[in-house]
Amino acid sequence: MKKATIIGMLLTALCFIAAPGIARETAKTFTFGLLMVGPANDHGWSQAHFEAAKEIEKEVAHTKMLYIDKVNPADRPGITIPMLVDDLVSKGARLIIGNSDDMKDGMREAAMMHPDIYFLHISGDDALHGKTGNNLSNLMGRMEYGKMMAGFAAAMTTKTGKIAYLGPLINAETRRLTASAFLGAKYAWTKILNKPAADLKFKVSWIGFWFNIPGVTSDPTLVTKQLLDSGYDVVISGIDTTEALVVAGQRHKAGKAVWAIPYDFKDACDEAPDTCLGVPYFNWLPGYKQFITAARDGKWKKQFVWLGPDWKDINNPETSSIGFIEGQALGKDQRAALADFQHGLADGSINLFTGPLNFQDGSVFLKKGETATDEQIWNLPKLLAGMEGASK
Amino acid sequence: MISGTIQARIRAAILQSVPILLLAAGAVSLLLLALDFSPIGIIRAMAAGSLTSWLKFSQLLSIWVPLLLCSCGLLFTFRAGLWNIGVEGQVVMGAIGATILLRMNPGFLPPPITIIGAMAAACIGGGLWGLLAGVLKNRGGVNEIFGGLGLNFVAQAIILYLIFGPWKRAGIASMSGTDILARDLWLPAPIGWRVAPAALVTAIAVFILTWIFLDHTLFGLKVKAVGLNPKAARLFHIDPNRYGLVAIMVGGALAGLAGGLQVTGVYHRLIPAVSSGYGYLGLLVVMLANYKTLPVPLITLFFAWLAAGSIQLPIMLRIDSSLSGVIQGACVLSALLVHGLRTRRQG
Repeated sequence: MKKATIIGMLLTALCFIAAPGIARETAKTFTFGLLMVGPANDHGWSQAHFEAAKEIEKEVAHTKMLYIDKVNPADRPGITIPMLVDDLVSKGARLIIGNSDDMKDGMREAAMMHPDIYFLHISGDDALHGKTGNNLSNLMGRMEYGKMMAGFAAAMTTKTGKIAYLGPLINAETRRLTASAFLGAKYAWTKILNKPAADLKFKVSWIGFWFNIPGVTSDPTLVTKQLLDSGYDVVISGIDTTEALVVAGQRHKAGKAVWAIPYDFKDACDEAPDTCLGVPYFNWLPGYKQFITAARDGKWKKQFVWLGPDWKDINNPETSSIGFIEGQALGKDQRAALADFQHGLADGSINLFTGPLNFQDGSVFLKKGETATDEQIWNLPKLLAGMEGASK
Repeated sequence: MISGTIQARIRAAILQSVPILLLAAGAVSLLLLALDFSPIGIIRAMAAGSLTSWLKFSQLLSIWVPLLLCSCGLLFTFRAGLWNIGVEGQVVMGAIGATILLRMNPGFLPPPITIIGAMAAACIGGGLWGLLAGVLKNRGGVNEIFGGLGLNFVAQAIILYLIFGPWKRAGIASMSGTDILARDLWLPAPIGWRVAPAALVTAIAVFILTWIFLDHTLFGLKVKAVGLNPKAARLFHIDPNRYGLVAIMVGGALAGLAGGLQVTGVYHRLIPAVSSGYGYLGLLVVMLANYKTLPVPLITLFFAWLAAGSIQLPIMLRIDSSLSGVIQGACVLSALLVHGLRTRRQG
């Protein structure tokens, strides 16, 4: 028994060794924490967030960023979002940004634990449903437009009429984005090239997560290879990393006529410029600025914000939340057609979410002449007729 | 008399661990210096991140609990001479067992009873998975290392199937796991605590029981006999197969319990990575302890500190946190080296 007591005492003593922390908060700086699901240098989703946050530090006075990348259970086993938030808060963070859909539960839980800290969850919609307190808001970009441009460029370029979409996991967001790419492709195919809709093949291959997790997801490199092998000559990437472009680049070097469209990050084409048709990307700076200045100035409001492109200049880093940078591989005629398409989207003369549109299973999504509401697009329940791939 | 032995043991443990720590610290420091990082800065950052407040220390304890449980389970199997590589799978099956019960959530039972039932289900899930590896060895002649490794993959496939299939959240199958549990099915933790006291007490109790069973009972002696020399054990009418099965089942049950506690106490849902690598980490812990019982809580605490503190590396020093894995590896290698040298000198 004595031994047990000694062990007990040892453990208790250990608990008390943990001396109280020293608070070292500087009054003037506003510190915000950024939790990124992938590596900060992934040339994709997470890097786009990281660059915007670095820009905020430069542009918005008295702000400082703390960040942790690779916040996902595969890379950091045993570490939970509330733990990381505790830590960032203890280092002075007053606003926490979580950049993944996957962090939804953790952000909700942390927001409950820290009612006096602000939380910005990217890509979620908790703030719409009143599931949370006033300290949790949501931000997302209207990537539908970017994906429409990607689909458009793909259909204008394909020689085989077969376009593939390398998808992450299946949820409302990814259904919405794949459907947008498909609508852009269908528009180019039927309205610009005047070909029959039935001749356009549009296949979605889901890998199971936002990036490759060996042993858990399908390997995006292998999936891309299989798609290219089976005659799909343009691969549009919907995942956080650049495998589609890398593989297409290797094939291109071997003399194959294949192309890819990466995603998320404005410089994503750099990995294989010769084969890149362009990249639809997020620019988080305007959204971040809005929320961070509001939090800093005590003007925070719980809201759901869905920011679109600045149609005057979709690549303006200060104002446009969604952009599209044309790749070297996009031909001259295709560029001109894309520019017209963008004008049409900008002035509203082209609205691709207009009926008649059916779902994949034949049920009606939009009746003739009907246009989709934001809510219908945000919560798109199934893929559209003409798309091949799983809806659920 | 008893306190005399314990003093002697502690002295021996300290004498044993000093060269290991020196060697490990030396190797890691050299490596860090070669990479142009300051070892002191890193230790300071890691200590500040996990030892400077109760909140942070309780986070560390939330890692300590499952790691200690897995390590206790491994003490049983190592003692019986078995290499139980299947701990990861046993944690997963325990988590699944607990989730089955928590999802049924029989409304007529008070939540604490449901949680206790779920923990029992976790032990059963992990225990049966361990038993399966044992039966494969005894009946099928499959070495427990390969059996355990294979069963880990099977368990991973089952949990992914459940999370992406029958147990997926409404509308969305997600890597972030099943729907979150009802609040009253969470293991309660007081405000400012990041570890549930019940989990802490369970882990400590399990450790004490492990120590009593393995080091102070006839059962423990027999298990040890089986581990040291199965053939000789037979001469004393100890059936090595049976004792091996019991050991691997107990080991599995403790790993399963860790999985169940992860579900109710940490993640509050079932996630694909619920085992978090604690099974493999537990192997390192027990090897570092030279297969002895008493050093295990302290070594697990050290490893939990490395895991919790490693988060500070990217935040404070912008160093990749996988460095903590290098430190762990260096410790284990040093331990094996020191133990190996010592055995050679004695032999």
